[in-house]
Amino acid sequence: MSRAPYERPITSEWIFRHPRYLRYMVREFSCLFIGGWTLLMVWGLHQLSQGPAAWAAFLELLRSPASVVFHLLALAFALYHSTTWFNLTPKALPVPFIAEAHYAGWAALSVVILALAL
Amino acid sequence: MARSNKPIVWGPFAAGGTLTAFLTPVLVLLTLLAALGHVPEALAYESMRAFASHWLGKLALAGVIGLSLWSAAHRLRITLYDLGVRADALVAALLYAATLACTALAIYDLLKL
Amino acid sequence: MSERAVELEVLRYNPETDKEPHFQRYALSCPEEWVVLDVLNKIKESVDPTLSYRWSCHMAVCGSCGMMINGEPKLACKAFLRDYRGTIRVEPLRHFPIERDLVTVIDDFVAKLARVKPYLIPKEPPPEGAEYRQTPAQLKRYKQFTLCINCMLCYAACPEYGLIPKYLGPAAIALGHRWNLDSRDGGREARQEELAATEGAWECSFVGACSEVCPEHVDPAGAIQRVKIESTVDWYRAHLMPWTNEEK
Repeated sequence: MSRAPYERPITSEWIFRHPRYLRYMVREFSCLFIGGWTLLMVWGLHQLSQGPAAWAAFLELLRSPASVVFHLLALAFALYHSTTWFNLTPKALPVPFIAEAHYAGWAALSVVILALAL
Repeated sequence: MARSNKPIVWGPFAAGGTLTAFLTPVLVLLTLLAALGHVPEALAYESMRAFASHWLGKLALAGVIGLSLWSAAHRLRITLYDLGVRADALVAALLYAATLACTALAIYDLLKL
Repeated sequence: MSERAVELEVLRYNPETDKEPHFQRYALSCPEEWVVLDVLNKIKESVDPTLSYRWSCHMAVCGSCGMMINGEPKLACKAFLRDYRGTIRVEPLRHFPIERDLVTVIDDFVAKLARVKPYLIPKEPPPEGAEYRQTPAQLKRYKQFTLCINCMLCYAACPEYGLIPKYLGPAAIALGHRWNLDSRDGGREARQEELAATEGAWECSFVGACSEVCPEHVDPAGAIQRVKIESTVDWYRAHLMPWTNEEK
């Protein structure tokens, strides 16, 4: 009997084969928005170093419709990154209640920052 | 099989991923408020300048920017491979170099402040 | 015991006559509480004796009957007909070459399993005339990872294994980790050569599909992340504090 093992080709359609792979891709794509927002902040920092007029121009840029849309998307993706990261933490660090501790810390930190900034 | 040097890039990725998980949403919320016309006090020129002038502020900003960009770059590298882009070494070099360049630019601006 | 109409669409491949695999339909009536494996057995017994597939225990402990059922890696003996509607598509486990019909070539997994040295490499010999002793707490540390039945569903679910054939893969890494966690074992350094290699834990991007499809709840994704963290700590210690390195 002769053997002729058949290798099925791999294409990118694996992403759509099950919701879990699509969710993984959405999680991974959050990097574009988190990275993109950080780059926007790097630009802002540069404008800050150029003086008050440049900083005012940066705040003006933030108010553009494109920026508002980007921010809404960035917030959604940042939240998705946070929740997926905290939910996976117990797998990497099997400490009792570590996910809950992360969420509590996240809430506390966010409240403190909002209180200080607003 | 030799042990990989991946930890060099993975360590900062894990640190950056954790940092952005804790910090980015609330910070995006602050700049979103600014985008919607309600500029938080902390984002006024004088407060930002004061924060960035202090050595602790510089350290914090450099750290957050550097680690956030690094973890995004690393994730993008992996994602491009998942999507079929095979030139991993080239993609990695470009993305990490861009990250270091942007971080250097930020540090340069911080030193001016 | 009531019956239901079952239609299976099975991927067939005869290496001696076929250039490519093709689907073949079988329609029959089966008791509704059956599993897909029961249907395959009935097909082989009374409809088409040429259908080839692996199976053994029929109770999810041997790991033989892994296959893609409606696109999901499952044990055929644990795929209940009551959970499926309409035509059920049955294909060989993804990411492995097809030997014949539903039988895959598993050499790659077997070789990788051997590479992680999945056996006790004792730290020291057992106490004089006695056996090794282990507390329940010491057992609990690694017990979960002993449950692996080598069914390879995790390899079929892992997109990185599909994209990077050299990747060690979830089960092999989880099993290497199992031995590293065993209090009797002293072989971690030897296993790290495989686990901490580029093709080891580092090809994992934490999709987590492996743990989702694992029928024994081994959680290989968790094992791999812990290997990554340990390997990272090792690396930084070895490079930043070289005086702590043992003489090779």
